[in-house]
Amino acid sequence: MPEIRNYTMNFGPQHPAAHGVLRLVLEMDGEVIQKADPHVGLLHRGTEKLAESKPFNQSIGYMDRLDYVSMMCNEHAYVMAIEKLLGIEPPLRAQYIRVMFDEITRILNHLMWLGAHALDIGAMTVFLYCFREREDLMDCYEAVSGTRMHATYYRPGGVYRDLPDAMPKYQHSEWRSKKDVDRLNARRSGGLLEFIADFVKRFPACIDEYETLLTDNRIWKQRTVNIGVVTPERAMQLGFSGPMLRGSGIEWDLRKKQPYDVYDRVDFDIPVGVNGDCYDRYLVRVEELRQSTRIVDQCIAWLKANPGPVMIDDRKVRPPRREEMKGDMESLIHHFKLMTEGYCVPEGEAYAAVEAPKGELGVYLVSDGANKPYRLKVRAPGFAHLASLDEMVRGHMLADVVAVIGTQDIVFGEIDR
Amino acid sequence: MSVPVSAAAVAEPTRLESLAGAVARTLPDQLHRVPNTCRELTYEVAAGALLQVAAVLRDAPDLKFEMCMDVCGVDYLEHGRAEWKTQNATSSGFSRGVARGPELDAPLAAGRRFAVVYHLLSISLNQRLRLRVFCADDAEPMVDSVTGIWAGVDWFEREAFDMFGILFKGHPDLRRLLTDYGFIGHPFRKDFPLSGNVEVRYDPEKGRVVYQPVSIDPRVLVPKVIRHDNRYDPALTNAPVATMGKPNA
Repeated sequence: MPEIRNYTMNFGPQHPAAHGVLRLVLEMDGEVIQKADPHVGLLHRGTEKLAESKPFNQSIGYMDRLDYVSMMCNEHAYVMAIEKLLGIEPPLRAQYIRVMFDEITRILNHLMWLGAHALDIGAMTVFLYCFREREDLMDCYEAVSGTRMHATYYRPGGVYRDLPDAMPKYQHSEWRSKKDVDRLNARRSGGLLEFIADFVKRFPACIDEYETLLTDNRIWKQRTVNIGVVTPERAMQLGFSGPMLRGSGIEWDLRKKQPYDVYDRVDFDIPVGVNGDCYDRYLVRVEELRQSTRIVDQCIAWLKANPGPVMIDDRKVRPPRREEMKGDMESLIHHFKLMTEGYCVPEGEAYAAVEAPKGELGVYLVSDGANKPYRLKVRAPGFAHLASLDEMVRGHMLADVVAVIGTQDIVFGEIDR
Repeated sequence: MSVPVSAAAVAEPTRLESLAGAVARTLPDQLHRVPNTCRELTYEVAAGALLQVAAVLRDAPDLKFEMCMDVCGVDYLEHGRAEWKTQNATSSGFSRGVARGPELDAPLAAGRRFAVVYHLLSISLNQRLRLRVFCADDAEPMVDSVTGIWAGVDWFEREAFDMFGILFKGHPDLRRLLTDYGFIGHPFRKDFPLSGNVEVRYDPEKGRVVYQPVSIDPRVLVPKVIRHDNRYDPALTNAPVATMGKPNA
């Protein structure tokens, strides 16, 4: 009788379901996974070392590129760590803006996740639906920061600028008919807040659409129910956070348990799963879409009623305005020093964690009193999740690896850093 | 503009002190508290006591740190060394600031170069704690692996090994994680140049990708300066303007 042996298979790094640059070396017995060894680091850019070589503010843009589908949440953790060390607190309006954009970011991330996850296990339509809504949120990013993705909008002490009063509009061109332009511009007559308010009004119906396609779908359930089950005890042992932890039934959300900025002033619920499988994590994330919409709605109401500064009035941290700089020597000096040298952060260390869409994103900052971080460590949620991939897929079929990668919401920008 | 302080922020210092009290009761000798300005608890532990302390921190009823969120290597080689001296600039003029600064006044004590920092989280008691271990040997830094206590630190320790060359005794699978196959050196050490040592290019004669020494000259774009002006010291924020900005003696 011939001897039957396990064989190894290479999955990725160019496989479309590998979510970027994951290389998996799978040891298989027939179609059953015996061992999965992820080879990561193909996107390693040394963000942490680069940040050590430049002033604090110049690294904010690098943070966007960590988890490149939840950009502003990464910035949030970084500026919070600096604020902790400096001992400053941003004005209330800036905190509300941050919370609003954190939740917009969460919706952005979960839409990307939902679309890609569904596409991976065989549902094409969801992807198209999700990207339709993502487009509007990208426009919010663009209106407020000038870029659609890598915003660099949060600053230590607040945000870069206040919300714009007018949304940019589409122009008529030979590629776009007047009818199309009018349709696209219909929602853009007011300011950014009106645009987001309009989005918040119609978005719950969109979530219903996704759910119609997936939640009771027989194929979807067959691919996700009882796949990649993690017990609550094991989830804690493995350092899970975010929806991966909540999917296993642990009610833990930094926004509620260790609230930062104004999360203690907004009303929302934490969805929790029961079985800890891919399907429960799907339900948790979909409910988070609804809860985020709720938070955004409350922030809009507050922001409309309460104008005010969006940056602290500390000249040693905040660069002066252009007009001040033109007429005032002191401001010119401050501007020059802040732009060339940056500010010095007192000696010490701080760890700031935010509930990023994927879980706890922490920034550990060591300062030796200089204008650059001495050591910056980004604690990426996906890093801990991917480390447990081996355990989650062992004994599953090859096709389930794709479902597990999807449910972990892997993005290599944050894992490789 | 005064920002209303949330109730959670007010309650935080007392909660922090009660946790510090619990730590002092449970582990009176092994842990040494380090002052921190950011409402966080930091402890230093001797490398020999790490495993015992970690097990107690996880299991003691009023500590219950069932999660280890982060393991992070730190290289303290250049801690406190600026690239540009600003104190005496008026008498001697500024240097170009592109060269490495002079050696530290007090060189680093042996066994204080490499540290491993653990960030612990207790979900049941909602508290955090930071633990720091210094590696005794600078040439071959080594600490015990805590994978047996928190399984999730596996990759974090591999990363610290890859980036800093810190060895974790008892780790089941201590391989490089993020760097290239066959990479030489530990890139996050402070004596590893930012631009690296080797670069790759395609060699048309050999018909393959080759490694060669980097062709970039490392340079400092913004010199690192350290200013001790206590600008953010809460005791001095209401001080008269004349005393602000003076170097801290």
